Formats: sequence, structure tokens, C-alpha cells
Amino acid sequence: MSEKTPIMEVQNLKKYFRIDSKHTLKAVDDVSFQIYEGETLGIVGESGCGKTTCGRTCVGIYQATEGKVLFRGKDIGKMNAAERKEYTRHVQMVFQDPYSSLDPRKTVHEIIAEGMRAHGLVHSKAEEIEEVQKLLQQVGLNAEHASRYVHEFSGGQRQRIGIARALSVNPEFIVCDEPISALDVSVQARIVNLLIKLQKERELTSVFITHDLSMVKYISDRIGVMYLGKMAELCEAERLYENPLHPYTKALLSAIPIPDPKVEKERKRIHLGGEVPSPVNPPQGCRFCGRCPYAKDVCKTVSPELREIEPEHFVACHLYE
Amino acid sequence: MADNTYTINQNSFQRTKAVEKQVSADYERGLLKNILRTLTENKLAMFCAVMLFLIVLVSLLAPLSPHDPDAQDFLNKLQPPSAEHWFGTDELGRDYFTRALYGGRISLSVGFLSMLLSTVIGTLIGTTSGYMGGKVDMFLMRFTDIFMSVPSFLLMVVINSLFPPKVYSMVIILGLFEWCQIARITRAETLSLKERDFVLASKHLGVSNIQIMFQHIIPNMSSSIIVAGSLAVARAILTESALSFMGLGVQLPKASWGTMLQGAQVYIMDMPSLAVFPGLFIVMTVFSFNILGDALRNALEPRTLK
Repeated sequence: MSEKTPIMEVQNLKKYFRIDSKHTLKAVDDVSFQIYEGETLGIVGESGCGKTTCGRTCVGIYQATEGKVLFRGKDIGKMNAAERKEYTRHVQMVFQDPYSSLDPRKTVHEIIAEGMRAHGLVHSKAEEIEEVQKLLQQVGLNAEHASRYVHEFSGGQRQRIGIARALSVNPEFIVCDEPISALDVSVQARIVNLLIKLQKERELTSVFITHDLSMVKYISDRIGVMYLGKMAELCEAERLYENPLHPYTKALLSAIPIPDPKVEKERKRIHLGGEVPSPVNPPQGCRFCGRCPYAKDVCKTVSPELREIEPEHFVACHLYE
Repeated sequence: MADNTYTINQNSFQRTKAVEKQVSADYERGLLKNILRTLTENKLAMFCAVMLFLIVLVSLLAPLSPHDPDAQDFLNKLQPPSAEHWFGTDELGRDYFTRALYGGRISLSVGFLSMLLSTVIGTLIGTTSGYMGGKVDMFLMRFTDIFMSVPSFLLMVVINSLFPPKVYSMVIILGLFEWCQIARITRAETLSLKERDFVLASKHLGVSNIQIMFQHIIPNMSSSIIVAGSLAVARAILTESALSFMGLGVQLPKASWGTMLQGAQVYIMDMPSLAVFPGLFIVMTVFSFNILGDALRNALEPRTLK
């Protein structure tokens, strides 16, 4: 990261889902961060912590309940139809489930060409075919795959189609929403390598949402850790693994298995008691206080702000005040 | 390093492809394949399909019959079935079999065309309603509810008696009153389909709403539409027969199964066969469409197709 111009700024983003008249699910609750040009921001957290919702709101698939998402200084919530369409050309998304994210009634060619057509990027059938073929090659599929339907492909191949579709409009920013979690471990590595390769070639900025801690270290420049709709810690990838500050991050990192039985036996794990509280009825104060071994009185009443404890190392915890 | 993984990739591609070919033979379940599979598994549905095919075929081939459906022959009126007149003759001495075939042409085409009309209207209204949501949904669904709560048969009788009934006006009237159910079915399907990832993805690619509706949502509920459509044909044929029976359908000398039943009314004691034959045609056709519709629903609705 030589330069640091934020491409996207997320400010106090909240996304609530109404369950019924009395209950709202606070999927993302007051999250702020920035994404700089050319970097990869990893977002990790356990299931249901709001990572996917956060990603989808950034892309504009969900409307934010409160707060703003600024893309190059422009609030995506206030865009008109034309600006919004233009926005979709710059920001694309790779979906989590390669099965439900591709239309079963369409051929691969139609799926990939759809975005190009919608944005008028191709002017003739021949050009369209050429572009689709180029993309297929870039994501590691064969030219003959273009005329097939998605049910003829394996999960990994489908995810490649999903990636090709996201890249079809030549975006500068992509959000990868757990692109590998539905895949085999052996296929995961290949898809991640493909994403890294494409990112270098096309100078993409990306957000990589995952719950796989070993994968996120490999792909990201910076990592944000989410817990129950809040950002708990945000810093550079290396630093997060060397010096995690938030107790939740510490516990999370201590859970990564080490592929060496001797070291693995010696390894000290931090066991967390209890369950993740429900996002419908989150605890007052710090979201993590019920399970935190260091919880103080203040944690139970005041929700900690995300603050810069060390340069470029943001933590939301009362321990560091 | 990236290049390295890349080559490994290509190899494993070949391998998975071979495996997949084997598997896909079993799991490839297109719409047409699904229908064929149901028919081979379900004997009754198969019987109904064959029966319908035969009825449609003989109706289409009706002009090949040696008799003119309108030629009167008073010397041979009210004949019982014989080698020359398979179903006998009616009160004006017309060959009853030929008339039943020509009647089938009208009844079937009225049923089929009005089904097309009501399916198109219903699908458009249902899909728009479900996809747009909010006020549009509210408005369209209340409109549908109102339409459903009107005693449609009575209204059809009134409208039909106001205008001289023609085949195409029958089609329009029946079509205009049968779309409500299809609208409800397609709306429900749209509500679930529009939240699917592939629709969200297309939306986020900048594809317009109309294109999403026509290219993603409607094709993906084609199975439900087929089922609803086959049931709608049956309903339309029944309604058409009922209207014709009341003298509000196709006008004489044109025959439909309903008008033939009406003509047979007077002779029901002397010549029950006059009522039995068109009745049998109606029953067989409607029965077959209903059974087929149910069989298709069972086959297509559990979403085994990916």
C-alpha cells in the first residue's frame, strides 16, 4: 500500500431486519471502516455476526437502516437510478453459494454476458462472444463451457462462473462474500489463488468476507474482526496475528489449529464460555462482555467505541482505555 | 505460484468432467425430461396423456370424416349407433360422431385459447405484483381479490347475453375470468424467487426490472405455470360447456360439446346416447387434464431441479 486514498468509506452503518412488530434483528450495528484503493480488506467473524449483511449493504443489495456508505465520496444510499446503475459497473459481488447464485435456466454465456449487455459494454454478438471467452479463460474454464447450463458444473467451477460474472463489467471493487465456504478444501485454495491472480492483473480493490482465519491471512492486507454486528478489531493482517488486542480476537486466533501435532499439543487455547447472544436481543454495553474473561463493570453498561490504540490498529475494548 | 496451481487445476477439471458425465445422466432433470419421467412412472397420467392426445388428434382430423356435420337427413333422424353412423344421428339426422368431433374442435380450442389468455394475464399480474411489492402489490392483489369474489359465472352469463356469442368472444370472456388463481400462484413464486441470489446478482449487474422478470423469474416458475395452465384448460372447457348448455355459448349450427348436450336434453328419455357421447368427451377431457395437472404438480413442484 503506497498510497492511501479511501475508495469506500463506511460510516456508522446499521442494518436492522424487522422480524415482527416487536423484534428487530440488528445484523450490523454501527460499523465504520474505510477501504483503501488497491487493498484487500478481510472481514472475519463467526456465523451470524453480520459479515454478509455488511458486505451486501456496502454493495447496495441491502439498504442501510442508518449510516452511510460512501463510494469515492458519494453516498450510495442517495444515488438516483442512473448513478446507481453506474455504481454497479464499478462495484461487483461474488456470492457465497455457487448453487443459488446462478440462474439454472441460463447458459454460462448468458449469465456472463448479461451484465455486459445491461451496461452496453459490447456492441455486437461477435464481440460479446469474444469477451465471454476471454473471461472464461481468465477464470480457468474452457471455451466450450459457455454453452452449458450451470447444473453441469461442480461447485468450484460454478464459483469460477460467479467470479467471471462479477468481472464481466470490469469493476474496480469487488466484494467476495464467503466465496470459498461452500467449497471443498482442495478447491478453496484454487479459487483463492485465482482471486489473488485476478486481483493483481486487474488492480482490484476487494473485500473478502470469510470465517476461515487461515485463508484470510493469506489474501488480505488488513483484517476486520466482527462480533455480533460490531467491528471488534481492525488492523493490518500480519499485526493482527502477531499482536491481537481484543479478547475475542485472541480467543479466535487461538482456535486456529496448527498443522504440527507436537506444537498443537502444547498450544494454549482460550476457551470461551457460553453462546453468542442473539442479535435480536444483544447485551447492553459491550457485545462480548458475557463471554469475555476480562470483563469489567463498565463493559456491561457502555458499548466500547472502535478506537485507534496503536497506529493503524483499531480496537473496540474498554481494556485499552 | 499462481501459475502452478493453475495447471493442477486444468488436470482436475478433466477428472471431474468424466465423473460428472456419469452423474449428470441421472440428475439432469430438465422440464421436458421431468414430464416424460412422470408419465412413465404414473400409469394413470400416461393413460390420460394418451387419451388427450387421441381426442385432440381425432378432433383435428375431423374433416376426414365422410359426413358433413351440418348436412341434415330427416329420414335417418335419431338413429341408434350403427356401422355407418358410429354415434347414431341427432334430431335433424346429422351424423353425431362427426358433430362430436367438430364440437371437440370448438370446445378444445376455446379451452386452450382461453387458458393461454388467462395464463398470460395471470402471470403478468402475479409477477408484477410479487416483484414490485409495496403499493403495486397491494393494489393488484386487492384487484384480484375483488375479481375472485365476483360470481364469475353469473357475470359471464350476463356478458354473453349482451353480446352475440362467438368463439373468440367466448375465449376472451373465459380468459378474463380465469386468471386470478394463476396470478396468485405466480405471485407467491415470485416472492420467493426474487430473494434468490441469482436474481440479486442480476439486479446488481444493472439489469432492468422488466428483463429480470422475463428472463429470470418467469422461466424459473415455468413448471408451476404449466401445472396451473393444464388445470385451467379443464376449468375453461367445463365453463364453456355449461354456458353452451344454457344456450349462451357457440350458436347453432356450430356444435360444441355443451350445445350438443343441450340438444340432447329433449330426447334424454328416448335417446340417452345423444347425451352420453358428448358428456363422455367432456368428462374424459376434463378428467385427463385434471389428472395430468396433479401428476405434473407432484413431479415438478418439489424443487428437485437445480
